[in-house]
Amino acid sequence: MAEKISLSDLNKTLAEMNVQSLEGLKIEGDVEIEIDVGAGGVGPLFAYYFGQEAAKIAMQLMNFAKAVGYPVENLLQPVAIAQAISPAPKDLAALAAAVPAFRVASTLASAKFAVGVDKTWRNTIQEVTLGATKANGGSRGHVVKLGGEKAMPFFPDAAMPHAPKITMDVFDMPIGMAKAVKVHYEDVINSPGEWAKKAVKKYGADMVTVHLISTDPLLKDTSAQEAVKTVEEVLQAVDVPICIGGSGNPTKDPIVLSKAAEAAQGERVLIASANLNMDWEKIGKACVDNGHVCLAWTQLEINSQKELNRKLMKVAGVPRESIVMDPTTAALAYGLDFAYSNMERIRLGALKGDEELTFPMSSGTTNAWGVRESWMVRSPNKDDSDWGDRMLRGPIWEILTGYSLAMAGVDIFMMMHPTAVAYVHEITQSLMGRIEAKTPDTAAWLKMGV
Amino acid sequence: MKETSPLNLYKQLPQTNCKKCGEETCMAYAAGLISRTRKVEECTPLVDEKKYAKKLETLRSIVAPELKMIYIGVGEKQVKVGGEDIMYRHQMTFFNKPPFAYDVADNMDEAKLVERVKKISTWRKFYIGKWQNVEMIAVRSVSDDPAKFAACVKTVMANSDFPLILCSFNPNVLKAGLEVAAKANPLIYAANKDNWKEVAQLAFDYKVPVTLSVPFDLDGLKSMAVTFAGMGLTDLILDPGTAPNGKLLQQTLLNFINLRRAAVEEAQRDIAYPVMVLPINAWLTTDDPVRAAYWESVLTAAFVIRGGAIMIKHSLEAHSMMPDMHLRFNIYTDPRTPVQVKPGIYKVGKPGPESPVFLTTNFALTYYTVESDIASNGIDAYIIAINTDGIGVQASVAGGQLSPTKILDSFNEAAFKWEDQKYPAMVLPGMAAKFSGELEDLFAGKTKIMVGPEDSGRIIGWMKDFWPPKK
Repeated sequence: MAEKISLSDLNKTLAEMNVQSLEGLKIEGDVEIEIDVGAGGVGPLFAYYFGQEAAKIAMQLMNFAKAVGYPVENLLQPVAIAQAISPAPKDLAALAAAVPAFRVASTLASAKFAVGVDKTWRNTIQEVTLGATKANGGSRGHVVKLGGEKAMPFFPDAAMPHAPKITMDVFDMPIGMAKAVKVHYEDVINSPGEWAKKAVKKYGADMVTVHLISTDPLLKDTSAQEAVKTVEEVLQAVDVPICIGGSGNPTKDPIVLSKAAEAAQGERVLIASANLNMDWEKIGKACVDNGHVCLAWTQLEINSQKELNRKLMKVAGVPRESIVMDPTTAALAYGLDFAYSNMERIRLGALKGDEELTFPMSSGTTNAWGVRESWMVRSPNKDDSDWGDRMLRGPIWEILTGYSLAMAGVDIFMMMHPTAVAYVHEITQSLMGRIEAKTPDTAAWLKMGV
Repeated sequence: MKETSPLNLYKQLPQTNCKKCGEETCMAYAAGLISRTRKVEECTPLVDEKKYAKKLETLRSIVAPELKMIYIGVGEKQVKVGGEDIMYRHQMTFFNKPPFAYDVADNMDEAKLVERVKKISTWRKFYIGKWQNVEMIAVRSVSDDPAKFAACVKTVMANSDFPLILCSFNPNVLKAGLEVAAKANPLIYAANKDNWKEVAQLAFDYKVPVTLSVPFDLDGLKSMAVTFAGMGLTDLILDPGTAPNGKLLQQTLLNFINLRRAAVEEAQRDIAYPVMVLPINAWLTTDDPVRAAYWESVLTAAFVIRGGAIMIKHSLEAHSMMPDMHLRFNIYTDPRTPVQVKPGIYKVGKPGPESPVFLTTNFALTYYTVESDIASNGIDAYIIAINTDGIGVQASVAGGQLSPTKILDSFNEAAFKWEDQKYPAMVLPGMAAKFSGELEDLFAGKTKIMVGPEDSGRIIGWMKDFWPPKK
């Protein structure tokens, strides 16, 4: 875009503008002048009235003029004159006006912040009661209530009626555990009753889940009758509501869980679980016949969840107040993004009016211990920064897995590590405003000494 | 961008189907703009030709993110903050993960300062084919001494090219820091109700983004944002206060949710700026470093999920950095992109006739984990990624997406030449061990079926014990 102007041209122009000629001056090479349209003063208007090329010449003139001591301001007068004769287009004038000098405001503006709530949330999540006291035909010391939400968790739209609950895992046979977990259960690993007691009395579990994994044909293949004994042992040992879990074997679970449901009749336990790949009808009916709640488990797929919930209600006859969903927990760093968004979509869908999804959700948070980052001593990748102490790394893996899903809408967590249980309790209750504490000066971090 | 119909963007395009952007049609390009996979600048006729100037301007205002995007730093390490369009990640995706800025202080002795800066700058963790890193350093003025602060900033810059946050409420201290660092476009923290005039002048003089700190008073915060915008200062970050405990912690989350809603659901542009979180405040609640680090992680998680756009953090312990980094990665993963790799045979290192063939699924997380465990230990091997529709080993064994016949078909499709192998053997993942009998029948003894470890992190140990295979 560099314009070539000869000295004679310049002289001619200067003469036309009634400027003294610049005799004896030599200019060699191209002269480039950039016009900053945003700069104050000679901005858009200048460029507009003179046209780009003329403006360039004019800028050069100004420089020359400065060099010979000519009062530059006079050169700009044509702008004012031209504007008077023919006003600039509106947008250009606005552009020119929008380039004032910076001036600090003298006072703060006075603005009010206001924001609405989500008006699309019309449904309430079904309230589900777990456990039954003597008055209701059971033997539990208290009941646990889930659900009842009218909004996303911890949102300003509506308070959550119940804090998220934690049911701690108890197994009916010794299993492989990460070291950070195992140290807490070594003394009770052979006694489901003692294990349950420890979880409730020492670690503050709201509930316990007795996992009847020994019934798996590939493990011990213990009978349903033996499984029933374990359930009775746990019901005797603690008086919190309980959850009964199978081995995950799709053929054996309906048999085992039906028997266990009969044995626990009246206790309103959570039966874990029915899924589409097994005889869900048998499990659903066992819940109906014995007054229990059915956990509907699907694998990270919202439509399967709707299908299973529908079948449990319409075919097996499970009432709405006796369904809890487990949409699968893929743990932190092992697919948490899928689990999180699946649950968030389910909860939002429910709030917006999908009656097939308006149920409390459960999370198998213990899955966090399957992620290598939670239990491995050091990284298999030599180029990673140091992984630190696994005894500290493991519990936080379980905390963040559970807590993230609390924000997606989970009502009850199946967990293992006592520290993780304590933290998930503390943070969820904190976000409900239930924990009093003196908040430090939140600007003090700037000068803190650590 | 509130617009969801490509048609309305198409109206602002040249509609010539010139293909210069690489798309077949202007409509396809418009769809790319909607999904934010294409940029306005990629339509060169629209940008270059004067007759489209109006359309260009209109288009730019339509596609601007609901939450303003701020750039901090310069060059390769520059970070983008904010720029989000949605409330919940499944609605499209979150775009700019909140940068983690770890703190250093101007009262640290030089050796310790340099050591910490280096630790922050070099920390890394491999995950799904990518390195995760820290992005920023926050320099705190504990001394309140401009000269000390300037010296500290200088040392930090000499040892790291990370974008900086200069932290002080004293304008003289900030100015001293800016004299050193302004060219690197740092963020300054912060203007508050006492110093905002001086800090506004600094933000203008040095042309840097600025944080507005008005804790637990959204009216006051909005007032300050409006005031700054009125002065022409719109590269703003908001600090609505991060309370680490008590009822104010609940209020903190509610403020974040409300600010995000105002920005993306109600298009309140005068408050639609990225929001800063201070998980570092966990350290004000306890003297126990483990408790502080855990609580810092918990605070981080809450606000990674609910709208934090930039964070100042403290704990450099692996037990808080690793979970925080992974959570952020998971939440900011684009849910629209399938996390799968192409099924087929992959080479790791320089595999030859004496190398093993490891079998895994085409779930990206699984594949990259196996690949990195093999590569980082210097093993030369083949990996076959079986098409399980992107499902991991354990789930696909249970769900039937991984089966012996599928494995046979996959090797046939890949035309793998077993006859070139000195030890024709495939190594099954430990979690698929139960397929070994059926596979031996299917491969009719031409290929040895071996069972590998349940976690690929143990492949290195497995190689020592089992490879090459004994007859």
